[in-house]
Amino acid sequence: MDRIPILKLRDLLLVTIQVDMHDRLALQLQDELTTRISETGARGVLIDISSLDIVDSFIGRMIANIAAMARVLDAQTVVVGMQPAVAITLVELGLTLPGVRTALNVDKGMALLESATREDEDVPGADAGRTD
Amino acid sequence: MPVARTESLELRSAADVVSVRQVVRTWAIDAGFSLVDQTKMVTAASEIARNTVDYGGGGTAVLELINDGVRRGLRVVFEDRGPGIPDIQQAMTDHFTTGNGLGLGLGGARRLVNEFHISSRVGEGTRVTITRWK
Repeated sequence: MDRIPILKLRDLLLVTIQVDMHDRLALQLQDELTTRISETGARGVLIDISSLDIVDSFIGRMIANIAAMARVLDAQTVVVGMQPAVAITLVELGLTLPGVRTALNVDKGMALLESATREDEDVPGADAGRTD
Repeated sequence: MPVARTESLELRSAADVVSVRQVVRTWAIDAGFSLVDQTKMVTAASEIARNTVDYGGGGTAVLELINDGVRRGLRVVFEDRGPGIPDIQQAMTDHFTTGNGLGLGLGGARRLVNEFHISSRVGEGTRVTITRWK
């Protein structure tokens, strides 16, 4: 059975999706990531999808779910490295990934997560009432 | 219409959906599609293939490399002998779903291809044909 590794780096969890995921594998990743966030107290999740040559509605939903579950567990999610052809197709498909932060590459994604988690610490309760 | 090549694939499981994506990608490259067009065709095929497995109880995907005399194209016909779709209009509507998906499958796939045809009979099954031209 395939498994997508989840790496912990300081208070972040890093996932690089390198296989063409079937639906069960996508669901398994969603469950494992949620469990790991809760176990480790991670403040951020970075998902690198630069190897994915398609994102269909199922994989898109999984990404949106991970971001939503992470938020409930007080962690931010950034998706990085989406290929341009995938981005064009996603928008035409009608999938806009509401509430999912994106960055062009891992460097920018890490910077975004660091500033997002720092903001959270600086301003207690800053997230209250946010709807995105 | 002249069919240059054809291949039939079984669709029984989530892993078969992945196989269909990979074969459609190879054929789209053979048809000379740009990267964006390949991606749209593979994504559309993935949506319909999943429906065939999840809602149709499995079936087949038949790929055809076609030529209308002017241009080359790729056609995929998905067929199942599942319960059928009682209201196709409703099933094509964005965000309509009977399962736990986003309800973007059929409508979304239609936007990603040049030609889309669906026919279904309750109790007999569903056939979806998608075509994209180079």
